[in-house]
Order: sequence, then structure tokens, then C-alpha cells
Amino acid sequence: MSPRTLFIEAAYVAASILFILGLRSLTVPDRARRGMQLAALGMLVAIVGTVVSHDIVRYEWILAGLALGTVIGYPLGVYVPMTAMPQRIAISHMFGAVAATLVGVAEYYALDQGEQVSRIQMAALGFEVLFGALTITGSFMAFSKLQGILPSRPVTFLGQNVVSIGMFAAAVALLAWLLFEPANPRAFYAMVALSLLFGVSLVLPIGGADMPVVISLLNSYAGLASSATGFAIGNNVLIIAGALDGASGFILSIIMSRAMNRSFTNVLFGAFGSAPKASARSAQGLTVHAITPEDAAIQLAFARLVIVVPGYGMAVAQAQHQVRELAALIERNGGTVLYAIHPVAGRMPGHMNVLLAEADVPYDKLKEMDEINDEFKNADVALVIGANDVVNPAARNDKSSPIYGMPILNVDEAKQVIVLKRSMNPGFAGIENELFYGENTAMLFGDAKASLSKLVQEVKGS
Amino acid sequence: MHATSLLELYVFVLAGFVGFFTITRVPALLHTPLMSATNAISAISLVGSLVLAGADRGPLPTLLGFVAVTSATINVVGGFIITDRMLKMFKRAGRRAPSAAQGSGGKG
Repeated sequence: MSPRTLFIEAAYVAASILFILGLRSLTVPDRARRGMQLAALGMLVAIVGTVVSHDIVRYEWILAGLALGTVIGYPLGVYVPMTAMPQRIAISHMFGAVAATLVGVAEYYALDQGEQVSRIQMAALGFEVLFGALTITGSFMAFSKLQGILPSRPVTFLGQNVVSIGMFAAAVALLAWLLFEPANPRAFYAMVALSLLFGVSLVLPIGGADMPVVISLLNSYAGLASSATGFAIGNNVLIIAGALDGASGFILSIIMSRAMNRSFTNVLFGAFGSAPKASARSAQGLTVHAITPEDAAIQLAFARLVIVVPGYGMAVAQAQHQVRELAALIERNGGTVLYAIHPVAGRMPGHMNVLLAEADVPYDKLKEMDEINDEFKNADVALVIGANDVVNPAARNDKSSPIYGMPILNVDEAKQVIVLKRSMNPGFAGIENELFYGENTAMLFGDAKASLSKLVQEVKGS
Repeated sequence: MHATSLLELYVFVLAGFVGFFTITRVPALLHTPLMSATNAISAISLVGSLVLAGADRGPLPTLLGFVAVTSATINVVGGFIITDRMLKMFKRAGRRAPSAAQGSGGKG
């Protein structure tokens, strides 16, 4: 082993260790930042290790790519608002998958269109472009839906599932064929095309409320594609980093689907809410109690325990700062304010925590569902801001409801529930929410941000 | 080739285990930073892209390599910056609340 190879291998080992330490640091919030800086250092070490390699003979395209990537990546890191985090993450899965897929395609092409590709290498290249290609288009679709370029409701057509599964099956069959006969460029490129199409048809029928599962799953695929790249070019640090990413995305998607009481298959092929059946129980004959900001403010001003339940509506209205302001006033009056975060609140795992942390809410006040559910019965006011399905009691007691069995926040146990909502339109799943008609529920209609500002003024005045 | 592939498989499986046991302990509080962090880390495919862009294996591979380097660099630069931006925001309440962070860890 020449000193240079030794240096490169040492750099890769160091990078792998730093990546693992970085992820480990995320188990403790106070150490997380430092740990991720170590991981970034690991990345730098790996890059330096690579550019001194003998394989690299010219640098102009490398420098051009690094420069262009920095120019695009820097603003994506610095200026993207926290409310746009789901689409920001979705598009970054696409970039990761583009890199992995192109390396795979170029590798195949450069090895005489597969002439020099061994069976094992073909397996690695095949998985790499299969996962990579479907992640490229799938992530792009997810991004478009979250960004509002495409409608976020499920887009379905007749026989969609058959078409989707057919395309995927065909792509896998082509991969199997390539294993026996690697030098078959037509099959290879057809496989790439099929998985690109499959990515589109996979995400198209998935609604906005299911995005946390989809983003997590795409995260996992992007990781597996990176890992497969490592197998294809014989590089362990890629295998390790990709496996970490793959495991992470996989775990998150399990947590997310469990929080919705649904299986992967159901999320992917169930087209949740595609037929917004007027649900089991219709709202007819039930009355809604509207409340004025003045009355709501009085309740909040004298409450001892207030539990805030944020949902996607808070993110859309960008109302997190007003929430914090209101909480500060309640706390000044001697009350306690806690935040109940449902695992699938928002459009990606942990979205609400980031928004509230941005508004300077201390993280020890952000409570997970299991931690806070028993507290609701002690709460004087539960303040629901733009959350719907995660507080719908139908999940507990209506067997015919599509969300039956989903673990929910026990908001209805609070002495008083105040729901901030734009109008009486049903939520994403198109399901009527009994909570809104409850005896102890009062509805404060209007834009969440405007309503909260009014509440802040009123509480200040009282 | 065969022995190397087997070794690589070992590495993959073991890394997957390490990932599994580490990540199940990340509290839900940090799931968004976790996702952006793993995304930035898996942009290590930059390593493969760099070799492709610089190995001079013909115009098409070089072009694809250039695009791959660009994409991966976007994730490296943007990913680590945005993760840091998020983690910087997570602060504890002013008064001391011992073991407050403990409660959320453990059960993934």
C-alpha cells in the first residue's frame, strides 16, 4: 500500500467514524450541534482524501461542479424558511439521488455499455439506478406537491395501482435479465426510464397529509442508492453513510406510519382521501359554538395550564411567533404553557418542533404525544392551531372512519378547547371532526396568525 | 472480487445495525434535523462523483460526473448549513430543568 492509498483509506475511516459520532450526538439536543459539525468535518476529510487519488487526472470539471454546487447549495441552506423545510428536504433527496444515479449510469456506460461489468457489479449498479431513478422523480413530485406547484390532494386515475406496480415489476424483471446478461444497454436504459416513471406514479396519488411517510421513505431510498454506489465502485465510506441514511429513513417511515395506524402499502397504494366520502357521521344537526377573540382571551388569561396543539395550519399561516408571544403573556400571568406535538403534525417528521424552536420556544416545553396525553384532563384550555386529523376523536370511537385506530391527542379531555380554524372545511382527509361540535369546544374562525395577534392584544389588555 | 463483495456486504449490514441502534434513540424532537443530517451525510456520494468527473473516461462520463458533483455538493453545503441552522434554534428554558431531555429519548 502506497502512502497515498494509506492516506486515502485513513481519511475514509475517519470520515465514517465522524459520521456515526455526528448521528449519535443527535440523541442529546444539547450536544447535537457540535456533533454535526464533526460530521461536516468528516465530509471535508473524505473529499480531501478523494481528490488526491490517482484516479483523478483532471480537475477543471471537479472545480466547476464544486463551485456551482456551492453557489446553489449555500442559499438553500441559509435562506430557506423553516416553514418550507418539508419541500426543502424533498428536493435535497432528489439531488442526492441524481448524483447516485448518474454515477451508476456513467459507470455502466464507461465499462463498454456493460461489456466489462461482472454480475456482482451489475447487481450493485442495477440497485443503484433503480432506487436512484425512482427517488429522483418521486422526490421531485413530493417537492412539487409541498411547494404547491402541483395540487397536494391525491391525483388518481383508474387502474393506477396496476400501472404503478406493473412498471416496477417490469423494472425489476429487466434488472434480473441484466444480471444474466450485463452487456444489454437497451435493457439497462429501459430500466432507468421505467423507474423514473414509477417514481412519478408512486407519489402522484399520495395526499399532503401522508407526506411525512413519503419523505421518510424517499430518504431511505436515497440512502440505499448511495450505498449501492459504494458497492458498485468498491468504496466503504459510501456503503456506510448510505446504510446510515437508509436505516434512518426506514425507521422514520415506520414511526410515521405507526402514528397514523397505517401500513406502508396502505399509505402508498391506498390513495388516502381520494374519495372524500362524507365520512361515517355527517355534521348535520350538530351546532358549532363560535367564540370571539375577547372571550377566548379571558379564558386564556386566567388559565393555569394551557396546552397548545399545533398543526400544519400553523405552519401555513406562519403563526409560530404569535404563538410564542401569546404563551409569554400567559406565563406572565402565572400560567403554564406546554406544546403537544403529534408525530405526524405537519408535513414531515418533527416539523412542528423546528418551527416552535425557531420562535424561541424552549425545547423542554415541546412534549411528545405519549408524554402529554395524560395531561390534557388537567388542562384549563387546549388551544388547537390548524390541527385537525390528529385531534379527531373519530380515531378512537368511530369504527367506520378512515382514521379509526390512529393514535390521537386527547384534546377533548381538556376543560375547554379553543380551535383556531380558517373555516369549517373538513381537514385533509376530508373527514368531519366531531371535536369541533363538542360541548366544551369553541371555534375561533379566521386566519391563525390574525386570530393569535388579536388574542395577544386582548390578553395584554385584560 | 467475490471476497471483496462479501466484505462489503458485512460493512453494509453492520453499518445498518449501527444506524438502527443510534437512530432509534434520537428523540422525535430532532427528527427534522435528523433527516437533513442523514441527507447531508449521504451526499458522500460526492466521493464517487468526484472520481467520475476527474478520471477522464470520455466526454459523456465527465459531463455526467460534473452534474453529479454539482448535485452532491448542493446537498453537502446546503445540508450541513441548514442542519446547523436548525440545531442552533433548539434551546432549553432559562431555569434549570434537570433531565428534561431524558424523557423524550429512549423510546423511538
